[in-house]
Amino acid sequence: MKLAYWMYAGPAHIGTLRVASSFQNVHAIMHAPLGDDYFNVMRSMLERERDFTPVTASIVDRHVLARGSQEKVVENITRKDKEEKPDLILLTPTCTSSILQEDLQNFVDRASIESNSDVILADVNHYRVNELQAADRTLEQVVRYYIQKANKQGNLNLTKSKTPSANIIGIFTLGFHHQHDCREIRRLFQDLGIEINEIIPEGNSVNNLKNLPRAWFNFIPYREIGLMTAKYLEKEFQMPYIANIPMGIVDTATCIREIQKIVSTLQKPMDFESYIDKQTRFVSQAAWFSRSIDCQNLTGKKAIVFGDGTHAAYMTKILAREMGIRVACAGTYCKHDAHWFREEVQEYCDEVLITDDHTEVGNMIARIEPAAIFGTQMERHIGKRLDIPCGVISAPVHIQNFPLGYRPFLGYEGANQIADLVYNSFTLGMEDHLLEIFGGHDTKEVITKSLSTNSDLTWSADGLNELKKIPGFVRGKIKRNTEKFARENGINEITVEVMYAAKEALNT
Amino acid sequence: MLEKISDTLTFECETGNYHTFCPISCVAWLYQKIEDSFFLVVGTKTCGYFLQNALGVMIFAEPRYAMAELEEGDISAQLNDYEELKRLCIQIKKDRNPSVIVWIGTCTTEIIKMDLEGMAPKLEAEIGIPIVVARANGLDYAFTQGEDTVLAAIVHRCPDYKLQNKTDLTDNDIQEDATRFSFLKLRKNNIRSISATNSHPPLVLFGSLPTTVSSQLNLELKRNQIEVSGWLPTQRYTDLPSLGEGVYVCGVNPFLSRTATTLMRRKKCKLISAPFPIGPDGTRAWIEKICNVFNIQPTGLEERENKIWDGLEDYLDLVRGKSVFFMGDNLLEISLARFLIRCGMIVYEIGIPYMDKRYQAAELMLLQKTCEMMNVPLPRIVEKPDNYNQIQRIRELKPDLAITGMAHANPLEARGISTKWSVEFTFAQIHGFTNARDILELVTRPLRRNQSLHELGWNNLVKVNSQ
Repeated sequence: MKLAYWMYAGPAHIGTLRVASSFQNVHAIMHAPLGDDYFNVMRSMLERERDFTPVTASIVDRHVLARGSQEKVVENITRKDKEEKPDLILLTPTCTSSILQEDLQNFVDRASIESNSDVILADVNHYRVNELQAADRTLEQVVRYYIQKANKQGNLNLTKSKTPSANIIGIFTLGFHHQHDCREIRRLFQDLGIEINEIIPEGNSVNNLKNLPRAWFNFIPYREIGLMTAKYLEKEFQMPYIANIPMGIVDTATCIREIQKIVSTLQKPMDFESYIDKQTRFVSQAAWFSRSIDCQNLTGKKAIVFGDGTHAAYMTKILAREMGIRVACAGTYCKHDAHWFREEVQEYCDEVLITDDHTEVGNMIARIEPAAIFGTQMERHIGKRLDIPCGVISAPVHIQNFPLGYRPFLGYEGANQIADLVYNSFTLGMEDHLLEIFGGHDTKEVITKSLSTNSDLTWSADGLNELKKIPGFVRGKIKRNTEKFARENGINEITVEVMYAAKEALNT
Repeated sequence: MLEKISDTLTFECETGNYHTFCPISCVAWLYQKIEDSFFLVVGTKTCGYFLQNALGVMIFAEPRYAMAELEEGDISAQLNDYEELKRLCIQIKKDRNPSVIVWIGTCTTEIIKMDLEGMAPKLEAEIGIPIVVARANGLDYAFTQGEDTVLAAIVHRCPDYKLQNKTDLTDNDIQEDATRFSFLKLRKNNIRSISATNSHPPLVLFGSLPTTVSSQLNLELKRNQIEVSGWLPTQRYTDLPSLGEGVYVCGVNPFLSRTATTLMRRKKCKLISAPFPIGPDGTRAWIEKICNVFNIQPTGLEERENKIWDGLEDYLDLVRGKSVFFMGDNLLEISLARFLIRCGMIVYEIGIPYMDKRYQAAELMLLQKTCEMMNVPLPRIVEKPDNYNQIQRIRELKPDLAITGMAHANPLEARGISTKWSVEFTFAQIHGFTNARDILELVTRPLRRNQSLHELGWNNLVKVNSQ
């Protein structure tokens, strides 16, 4: 048992449901008790979805506990088949069905005889995998099913397209800025003259999966979901895949060069260097921004990055390599992919944190006291408490992270967006200086914002007065440093002298 | 009386395939209500994910609730449940020092048959904090019924009420009082002897309401010479009211049938069956019924109700003649429908997760009377509704307003049906005379909003093939 208040990645069935409801005309039936269909609320509220979420539950209640589901699951599948006529019905196990150990595969076999839809049992175990792993796995399972089906029926589309083409694998419902990223990748590929074969799963039909082998290569925009499918297709059809993510100016170039290499080895020499150069130097603003004097003020400022593997790793590289910001700690909650993450960020940050415990992240932030945080909604709230600004760069997210406007994180426009996000998260340069010179513009009483418990120290009147002169946004930090110094030196009352002594001690 | 109701009101029962919140959501409001409590939900990541997302910002405010997240070792009994729970509860005691820990049993603890009720008294004795067990799981209950299971469990911890002949309790009595159902001895000064006032026997109200609302209701009763001796739950666990033979109890919410049963059967209290104080009509009927039981002539109630109705006139203009469809998910539906019919609306269907015809008898009578008075047909009451069928009916009936869960609200709006999220009624202040306006504020919000958008002609926002 684990005492938990909050989690970064959801339970396995959420991943499966995200795959199912991303496809068109696929219906998921959860084998779950009443109230477990909370996914529908999330999709309807966060994505502001106009259509009914194609997820229903085959309710597990007392009777099911006593007698087993018996006909219930089969009836629910055949009923959905008649009502909605989906192409595919995905039976989704939950934590409840994991322990009931009913033979769900048997229900699926029986139901598929009676129904016109295809029926699959999602092969995920609640206690072994989380949301992201389950989604990765389910997507591969669905793709494999339809490739094999097409193979059997002999209508697998194996002829490569005339011009270079790509599949984009891993655009999902409830994904962090996925819709915007997808649009940006389309634009990038269009610029490069690469045709887009299929985008899966978002908005696509399972009937199009047989066309996947037609593409020259697969493109995986996020490490967390889609890699398994890409590996399957590589094994089955020798399709190369690109897992270099075009996030940030440098990595966008790396990714484009990778595409160039793949396409060139497949009989069509292409040269994207001039495109990269033009985009980098003149079209995108991000490269120019990092050179501009504005960005100078960010030099050496301390930041912390935390999020899913993809976003945290690439964000760390952008901050360190493209903006000269010091990343004091980079971390991820994708523990299953820790090895890759470490490799990616090692040379760009002081320390690496792999954990899915948000209190550990909070303590790390409190200890390091960065000038800005780039993390998930949880880190944003930690930042609020410590009075440290935070830019949200990764799921889990709130409704405000599903903006209506165009906000990609990938590609050249994504680099612009990220530059804005980073810049706005730090206190603006000139304001910073002016505040320092004139001693701040607020005269409010000092409020303790530390995460730790109340201190046993007293501040003398002149000490407090001096503290008030310090600009608001660093005041908490100075206060904590001074108190730490006082405690270490056994001082009970903090006067102006103690403050200066603390400052000097810190500088040496 | 029951037969009479079923003669005229029709009850249907569908498949139970509907969307509602899991009953563990009750920790959200109960931990705030009972200030010295800590709620420990013994469940899986699924439960945690629901709480985290459903309660949104609250989670960041260091809430006094947490998950005891079951891992594979717990399910396969490789770990000892008792030792695991002990470890977590000791940690909670150290960090928060609550006066009570409430264990919320979930579907998983039911299925693996974890003996929470058996472990609680042992652990309680060992760590010195009362542990209350409530099985608020999705196998048996819906949404607000979670509160019902918690309150029913807390009833057992209320000190026993003795008919007041002796004014001072001896130490022996205290010992006995405290040990009968509660396994831990309550401190002496915590045992509050509630006494009958001159005019009527003690009255305890049950149902968790925000403090302002409960004091408003106290005040309404006081105007009619009725003194409320206590509430269940109280602001602090250590202040629970005494209960026993001779104590009258009355519910303020329609979903508290288990609590009512427990109060009657286990504590021998007398239940006053009244409509619920939702809407001015309900509030008046509720007070009248209590007065009636105590043989007190209510004063000035009619004037008070009329005055409240007069104050609502601007909202009533908006709702009169409009139709409503309750999809049903929080058991407040009967009372809200009754109030809206009295406001002049037409109710097509009242979906409701569970209908206790005995506990809600007075409310159902009032619904029927209201329909007769307003001269509208009786709505159909659908227990355990089927959301798919309901949506077909909504498409046919095209109601002016659908009161529904968040899973269906946006899709219905996109199809030109105005909706109000039902969850808001659970969290808003809707009880008593004073808050009648708040109910109408909620109900009319989509109507008012859509009035201003109507001119723009964007009512249907889905493509034709996904109608």
